[in-house]
Amino acid sequence: MPNNSKGMYNKNLVIAGIVIFVILAAFPFWFNVGRSAPAPEIILTEKAIAAEDCVRDKEYMTLEHMQLLDVWRDAVVRDGKRIYVNPKGVEFNMSLSNTCLDCHSNKEEFCDRCHDYTSVSPYCWDCHIDNPQGD
Amino acid sequence: MKSSRRNFLKIAGIAALGVGAKPVFDTFAAVGGHGPTEPAPIFKSSEEALTANHWAMVVDTRKIRSERDVAPLFRACHQVHNVPDMPLKRHEIKWIWAESFHHAFPDLHSELISDKIARTPFPVLCNHCENPPCVRVCPTKATFKRESDGIVVMDYHRCIGCRFCLAACPYGARSFNFFNPDDYIKEVNLKFAKRTKGVVEKCNFCEERLAEGIIPACVEVSNGILTFGDLRDSRSSVRKLIAENFTIRRKVHLGTSPAVYYIV
Ligand code: HEC
Ligand code: HEC
Ligand code: HEC
Repeated sequence: MPNNSKGMYNKNLVIAGIVIFVILAAFPFWFNVGRSAPAPEIILTEKAIAAEDCVRDKEYMTLEHMQLLDVWRDAVVRDGKRIYVNPKGVEFNMSLSNTCLDCHSNKEEFCDRCHDYTSVSPYCWDCHIDNPQGD
Repeated sequence: MKSSRRNFLKIAGIAALGVGAKPVFDTFAAVGGHGPTEPAPIFKSSEEALTANHWAMVVDTRKIRSERDVAPLFRACHQVHNVPDMPLKRHEIKWIWAESFHHAFPDLHSELISDKIARTPFPVLCNHCENPPCVRVCPTKATFKRESDGIVVMDYHRCIGCRFCLAACPYGARSFNFFNPDDYIKEVNLKFAKRTKGVVEKCNFCEERLAEGIIPACVEVSNGILTFGDLRDSRSSVRKLIAENFTIRRKVHLGTSPAVYYIV
């Protein structure tokens, strides 16, 4: 018995074990130190800058644009309504390619950049035109 | 000692009540709203939109002399809607196309018919039936009859490609995308969405044009072969033609009540 328990009560070994455990457990944290990708810079087109405002305020757009597009799609396809009047009274044609990409015609530097960063890949572009300006 | 325990319990009880009530107060505070609330957004149709109770079409086949008279209708439709031109007939995607009288009206066909009728290419398309069987079989309501104007609409976002509607449609008006249509669209209309592999598609009576106040593309280029109007309005152009001429519809005995009428 005394022989066996010698290892169990060896202070140095125990401390070394704890240190190794802490290092391993913290692996994800120290491994990523300084490596987290910086949030991408989102670029607005001249047209968007001139327009100043999006369809709704910026916070709403950042958080809810997918929800807005879903509502637009049902309104157009299922209810046959194509015009959206925002709370400020401005009218928009409810169209993904013809409206969103009219102002945000730089899809790669705008939608895609943020979606790549957040690992979202909308399948909309399988059907919807991603270059409505034809370039 | 005794009374202190009693006091402790009292205070603990009141404190618990206070903590429990906080969410309720928060909710009321949120509903009450601080400052002016935004008005809700409005969804509406354009004032220019063409409307009807039930859209219908009359095809005046007396004005068709040859394939040359109807080919432009097909081209116009397929161009505006990004319909692909598939190399193999069995993969064909079609919204409007030509059939012989025998194929279009098998129940009316007889061995001997006039040369003129035998030669005429009959333009055929989705009949936007008053009682559409495709709508009945669709498991996802991807295809539905629009209450407002009778158009049988496809919601491509919901189509799961089960093809029940292809089996249900007695007119062959629906096509399935076995391949990605992208590579077979000659000239893309940048204003209209395409489709993708795995969905069914068909004529939409140009509902996207009607919404902007423009008549369907095929009607526009038809030189009077096609007339488009409201089936429920007895003074409409289509009702006038139906009242003044003998018309037939495809496979009426099936009870689908097609909204495309043919003057022969
Ligand atoms: C009239 C031009 C215009 C249209 C149309 C438009 N946007 Fe915008 N969008 C803008 C502008 C300008 C901003 C920046 C707003 C700001 O900074 O206050 C913006 C911001 C955004 C943002 C937030 C970006 C960020 O930095 O977080 C998103 C997301 C967005 N738009 C998506 C859309 C979508 C989706 C549509 C279609 C439903 C659309 N936009 C239509 C002009 C437009
Ligand atoms: C500021 C960053 C940002 C910008 C800019 C942005 N998006 Fe997004 N988008 C997101 C995020 C994050 C999600 C995922 C949200 C979720 O899954 O809850 C998303 C989701 C979506 C979805 C739903 C995808 C799905 O599969 O459910 C659509 C559609 C979409 N975005 C369209 C657009 C379009 C179009 C634009 C450009 C006009 C755009 N977004 C610009 C961040 C952005
Ligand atoms: C299978 C092909 C397909 C896919 C995938 C698809 N759509 Fe569509 N969508 C269409 C078609 C076709 C229309 C009808 C166009 C019309 O009537 O103008 C449409 C209409 C719409 C409309 C209204 C009209 C317009 O011009 O935009 C919106 C909004 C829309 N889709 C949003 C989306 C979003 C968001 C996604 C991705 C999350 C998506 N769609 C994916 C085919 C598709």
